[in-house]
Amino acid sequence: MTEVTIPTSNQIQEASLIYRLFPGETMTARALRSLLSSPQVVICFIIVGIFIAIAILGFLDFLPDFQKRIGKSYEMPSFLSIAQIFGTDLFGRSVLYKVMVGAKTAIVIGLFVTAIAVPVGVTLGALAGYFGGKIDAFIVWLYSTLVSVPYILLVIAISFLLGKGLASVCIAMGSLNWIGLCRLVRGEVLKQKNKEYVMASQLLGASTFNIIFSQILPNVMHLAIITASLMVLNAIKSEVILTFLGVGITNGASWGTMIGDAPSELVNGHWWPLATVALAMFLLIYSLNVIGDALRDALDPKLGH
Amino acid sequence: MIAYIIRRLLYMIPIILGVALLIFCLFTFFGDDPVRVALGQHASPDAIANLQHLWGLDKPIYLQFIDFLKQIVTFDYGVSFSTGQKLSDMFMEGAFVSLSLTAPPFVFGIFISISIALILAYYRDSFIDHMARFIIIMSMSISYLVYIISLQYVLAYELDLFPIMGYEPGLESITYLFLPWLIIVIVALGPNTRIFRTLFLEETSADYVRTARAKGAGEARVLFKHVLKNALIPIITNTVVAIPFLILGAFLMERFFSIPGIGAMIITAINEGDFPVLKGMTMIIAIMYSFFNLLTDVLYSFVDPRVKLS
Repeated sequence: MTEVTIPTSNQIQEASLIYRLFPGETMTARALRSLLSSPQVVICFIIVGIFIAIAILGFLDFLPDFQKRIGKSYEMPSFLSIAQIFGTDLFGRSVLYKVMVGAKTAIVIGLFVTAIAVPVGVTLGALAGYFGGKIDAFIVWLYSTLVSVPYILLVIAISFLLGKGLASVCIAMGSLNWIGLCRLVRGEVLKQKNKEYVMASQLLGASTFNIIFSQILPNVMHLAIITASLMVLNAIKSEVILTFLGVGITNGASWGTMIGDAPSELVNGHWWPLATVALAMFLLIYSLNVIGDALRDALDPKLGH
Repeated sequence: MIAYIIRRLLYMIPIILGVALLIFCLFTFFGDDPVRVALGQHASPDAIANLQHLWGLDKPIYLQFIDFLKQIVTFDYGVSFSTGQKLSDMFMEGAFVSLSLTAPPFVFGIFISISIALILAYYRDSFIDHMARFIIIMSMSISYLVYIISLQYVLAYELDLFPIMGYEPGLESITYLFLPWLIIVIVALGPNTRIFRTLFLEETSADYVRTARAKGAGEARVLFKHVLKNALIPIITNTVVAIPFLILGAFLMERFFSIPGIGAMIITAINEGDFPVLKGMTMIIAIMYSFFNLLTDVLYSFVDPRVKLS
C-alpha cells in the first residue's frame, strides 16, 4: 500500500507564486498577497501605472504636442494613425493627445493634494489623540470650523482668492482634504495610547516624539494608505468640476475644459471628444475605486465594505 | 436634555466665530480690493475714498471684523455689489429654488436606495449582490459632469422629453426641474445604496439578530423589522447632516440648467467679484450646518433611548 499524502491548505498556499514573492506573516506581506491574488486588482494597478507613466512622460516633455494640427476640424476616429485614433477636435488637434495631457494634469493634482493632506492629517490627528486637553480642543475646533463651510464652496473661495490656476486648486483642496483622515487617526490614536506597548515604552523612558511617531503611528498608518487612494480619486473628480465651473485650470489641457466643450459638440454630432475623456476618466477612477476597496479589505478587515 | 442642548448651542459660538474669522481673513487679506472691482481700473481717488468710507473699509481691521460679526448677529449682510438687492432677500428666494431642486430627489433617492440595499442585504453574497456591487462601483466612477451632459443630450435634445434648460417660478417649474431631479437621483443611487448596504450588513452581526433568528424569525422578518429599525440611527445621521447642503443646491445642476438657486448665485458672485454675497451666503450655510449637526445628535436620543446625551 502506498501512502497518499494530502497537502494541507498551508502547503498549497506556500507553493503559490505570490507566496514565494512575498513570504512570511508580516502585515505588509499578507496585505500584498491579498492584493495581488485578485486579477481585477492587478489590472487596476496596471491601469493606474499607465496613467502615472503618462504623467511622468508629460513632465519629461516626451508627450506629443497637443496643440499641433493633425487633420481637419472634427475628424471621426480612424485607425489611420495613433493620433487620429480618437478623432480630432474643433482645431483639428488630436483628441488622444489632449486627453493624455489632461491625464497629466489630473495625476499631478491627485498626487499633490494627497501629498499635502496626508502628512497634515496624520500629524494633527496623532497630536490631538495623544495629548488630549487643549491641543485636542484646538485641533477639533479647527476641523469643526472647516467642515461647517461646504467643501466645494470653500475650495472655490480659496482657489478664487489665490488666483486661478493649478497651484491654487492644489493648495485649496490640500488644505481641506486632511480633515477626514485627521478624525480617523485621532480616534485610533485615542484607542492605541492606552495599550500595553505604549505604557511599556513610557516606562522605558522613550521620548514622547518617539512614542507618537515610531511606536503608535505604524499602527495607524493603514488608515493613511486607505484614505490616500480615495483622496487621489476625489481630488481628480473635484478638479474636473472646478475647472468646468471656471475656477480651476485656465491654461493647458484639462479634462474639465474638454467636458465643458462637450455640450456644443454633441449638438453637432461630435460625440468622440466627450466619449474619450469620459472613458479615460472612468478607467482611472474605477481603478482607484477598486484599489481603494482592495486596500481596505487587505489592511483593515474591521472597516467592512 | 435641555442642559445638553444649551451646552451644544454654546459650543457653536467658537465654531461660528472660527468660520467668521476664516471668511473675514480670506476676503480681507487674499482677495482683490472690492472697491477696485466695483469702480474699475480708472476710478478717481475721491470716488475710491468715498466708497471705502461707505463700505466701512477705511476703519481699522479689528473694527471691520466687529462690523462683520454685527452683520452675522443681525442677519443683515448688506446688499449685493452688482444688483443692489438685499442679501437676506436674495437668500430666501434662492433657498426656495434650491430646495425645490434638491429636496424631492433627495427624499425619493433615499427611499429607493434603502429598498435596494435591503434587497441586496437579503441576497448577500449571491450573484445579484455581486453584480450590484460591481454596477455600483462602475456608476460611482463616472464623472457627475458626464452624467449631466449625456442625459441632457439624450433625454432633452434627442428624445425631446424635457426642456433643455431654464426655469420659471410657480407650478411651471416642475417641467424644468424633472430632468435635474432624475439626474440627482441617478447620481446619488450608487453611493447611497453602498452606504446603506454596509449599515444593514453591520447590523446583521449584532446579538439581537442572533436572538431573533434563534427564536425562529425568518430572514425577511429579521431584516425588515429588526435590522431596519436599528439601522434608522445611522440613516438619520447620514440624512439630516446633508440638509444644509440641499439649501446650497447643486452647484453644477443650477449652473448647467440655469436654475436661479443659491449655487448659481454664488457662482455668479464669484465671477463678478461680489464679496457681500459670497461672505453672506457662506456664513449663513455654515451656521445652518452647525444647527443641523446639533439637531442630528438630539434626534439620536429620540430614535434610540439608549443614547445618552452628555
